[in-house]
Amino acid sequence: MSLLSWGMYPKVTNTVFKFNSEERLKEIISEYNDLIPYGNGRSYGDSALSSNIINVKPKDYFIDFDEEQGLLHVQAGVLLSEILEAYVPRGWFLKVTPGTKLITVGGAIASDVHGKNHHVEGCFSECVKEFEIMLADGEVVTCSKETTPDLFRATCGGQGLTGVILEAKIYLKKINSQYIDQTTIKTKNLKETFAAFEEYQDKPYSVAWIDCLAKDKEIGKCLLMVGDFRDDGKLDYRLKPQKSIPFNFPSFALNNWSVRTFNWLYYGKAKEGVSKQRVDIDTFFYPLDAIGHWNRIYGKNGLTQYQFILPKETSYEGLEEILTAISKSGKGSFLAVLKLYGKANNNWLSFPIEGYSLALDFKIEKGLFELLDQLDEIVVKHKGRIYLTKDVRVSKETFEQGYPHIEKFRQYRKANKMDSKFQSYQSKRVGI
Amino acid sequence: MSYVLIIGAKSDIAKACAREYAKHGYDLCLAARNVNELSEFAQDVTTRTQKSVKLLELDILDYKSHQGFYDSIEEKPLGVISAVGYLGEQEKAQSDFEEAKRIMDTNYTGVVSLFNIIADDFEKRRSGFIVGISSVAGDRGRKSNYIYGSAKAALSAYLSGLRNRLYDAQVHVLTVKPGFVATKMTEDMDLPEKLTAQPDEVASDIFNAQQKGKNVLYTKWIWRWVMLIICSIPEFQFKKMSI
Ligand SMILES: Cc1cc2nc3c(=O)[nH]c(=O)nc-3n(C[C@H](O)[C@H](O)[C@H](O)COP(=O)(O)OP(=O)(O)OC[C@H]3O[C@@H](n4cnc5c(N)ncnc54)[C@H](O)[C@@H]3O)c2cc1C
Ligand SMILES: NC(=O)c1ccc[n+]([C@@H]2O[C@H](COP(=O)([O-])OP(=O)(O)OC[C@H]3O[C@@H](n4cnc5c(N)ncnc54)[C@H](OP(=O)(O)O)[C@@H]3O)[C@@H](O)[C@H]2O)c1
Repeated sequence: MSLLSWGMYPKVTNTVFKFNSEERLKEIISEYNDLIPYGNGRSYGDSALSSNIINVKPKDYFIDFDEEQGLLHVQAGVLLSEILEAYVPRGWFLKVTPGTKLITVGGAIASDVHGKNHHVEGCFSECVKEFEIMLADGEVVTCSKETTPDLFRATCGGQGLTGVILEAKIYLKKINSQYIDQTTIKTKNLKETFAAFEEYQDKPYSVAWIDCLAKDKEIGKCLLMVGDFRDDGKLDYRLKPQKSIPFNFPSFALNNWSVRTFNWLYYGKAKEGVSKQRVDIDTFFYPLDAIGHWNRIYGKNGLTQYQFILPKETSYEGLEEILTAISKSGKGSFLAVLKLYGKANNNWLSFPIEGYSLALDFKIEKGLFELLDQLDEIVVKHKGRIYLTKDVRVSKETFEQGYPHIEKFRQYRKANKMDSKFQSYQSKRVGI
Repeated sequence: MSYVLIIGAKSDIAKACAREYAKHGYDLCLAARNVNELSEFAQDVTTRTQKSVKLLELDILDYKSHQGFYDSIEEKPLGVISAVGYLGEQEKAQSDFEEAKRIMDTNYTGVVSLFNIIADDFEKRRSGFIVGISSVAGDRGRKSNYIYGSAKAALSAYLSGLRNRLYDAQVHVLTVKPGFVATKMTEDMDLPEKLTAQPDEVASDIFNAQQKGKNVLYTKWIWRWVMLIICSIPEFQFKKMSI
């Protein structure tokens, strides 16, 4: 059976390889080309897709935990949700987590993912002490920032293009509650939204949900949610059973009106001004994980996510322009997530830079890619960049302009013969 | 120590059961042939759950060893789960009796040999639970796998009788009838997605059914209805069919 990504677009067929030993993986790598590692397929686009896929998810053993250092050693196919299930009750949490817990540790490294605390803790690579990776020649290398800095910078954020990550040692962080004190701030326009982000910058976790169908003076109105862990000793965390969307919704189900209604309900439901709540880990960090296969809501043609980031200096102007363009187009987006990021790291393809990022989900339909091309122009104009792990269509030209280290990455792949072994549809499209 | 003994522990379903029981606070004893291959897995379970995991060597076809195997366990388990099984090749088994015998012995004779011993002990102690993994294939013989199916049918009948016998001793027996499960056994088959369970779903169903004292578990649950339909097709019709 062929594997797709979270966006269910493109619909492709592929050969899926499993391996139960390093020898077998070495054989696969030496025999085939156009290989790409695949974790849990939560990337939206074609980062993990190629004609030949290496399925790493079955490598899901926990190897060791060093309580003193909070250092967890796992195989690359372990899901973040499994780490939470085992370690939250013992008072440990991920230092960095994205908005879904259903991704593998390998995928977290390969996309150098970030979370609501990027402005404090940085990307996932910050918590990675070292990892083991099988390279294009079948050699297994233990890689860390200190011992093999180039391999580290190429692999963290490198979208699986340097080899197959097999194991990793990651630091967890101590918590004393599975509950979060959350403050919700309702703003009326983009200006207020920016001011709120600045005001609450000392909160370790923050993210805003933007109503992107708002018009004129209301453009940029949002619900900003900030918070921090409580200290009440309640650590009784259990994974909740998911409710699942059993089949694809008909694609007309999600139109401008349903999105408008949803946005209205969501935004309208929140109290005016500032309010406070106590919420649990799953509600705060992973609201979407409560519904399995929610991607099916977008219908059988699938969806994509457009996520870009703009440097702080150009953020306000750029966002205003982009939100206006989207509002004019009338194309709905259920989810529009805005966040203020901290400083960029040294990894060659990691997405975050200091500034504001917006992520928007769209269903695949006629006219969408034209709109996104138009948004690309605004992003490039404002010196921004696109997040590869969400992308399925960006052009080489647009992509390149956002990532100044791209030549280093290309040269490194070439010098280590990775470019002839590991390729995804995305890497071919953007020429990396 | 309150531990559960799992037989045929290298099976994907067994491994999922091991994680499930450990997650709910049980220590484990895992028995399999070439059991040393499970040492990394034992470490996995311990790292996840802080539960202790012991490994024991056991070949279900080496009947003579069974009494010694069980006697050597100092403290007796709270319960036992067997996931031992062998699908074999139906066509080969039709003409090669060795293959047929291997299928019957692995799925039935061997399990009976070991369960007899454990049942005696549990009966005496008036406590314990026994979980046997049979199959929906045992509900009706089909040309594509009736030798395996007949062995599973025998196992289901055995478990039903054992449940009846041990009722008075308050020893509970659970018969598990999986439909399709995505494991090593079915790796090369093209299974229908909607009818196929993942090992961890099966494990969680088994844990819940065992804790609730259910007698027969179909997993996924829809298989109860699929098999009801298959079993209600009249024989004169069924014999002409290819399913
Ligand atoms: C609801 C939702 C919310 C999200 N929120 C965020 C967020 O807040 N922040 C964020 O940064 N991301 C977010 N993401 C994106 C997601 O975190 C990344 O796409 C992540 O990489 C997916 O991991 P995966 O295990 O599913 O990997 P896949 O999607 O299977 O693969 C992703 C990439 O990692 C590579 N890869 C996977 N495993 C390995 C391995 N073992 N060795 C080498 N390369 C490997 C693949 O080749 C591919 O390039 C979100 C996604 C969803 C669906
Ligand atoms: N997968 C399905 O669709 C499905 C459906 C219905 C029922 N079942 C039943 O579920 C159970 C578990 O199967 P599975 O799917 O997890 O497949 P599996 O991984 O092939 O498990 C079968 C296990 O039985 C063990 N075994 C075989 N002969 C043995 C022997 N002589 N001594 C000790 N152990 C022996 C095997 O050990 P080795 O690893 O050493 O070979 C293997 O671990 C089986 O009883 C099977 O019949 C499976």
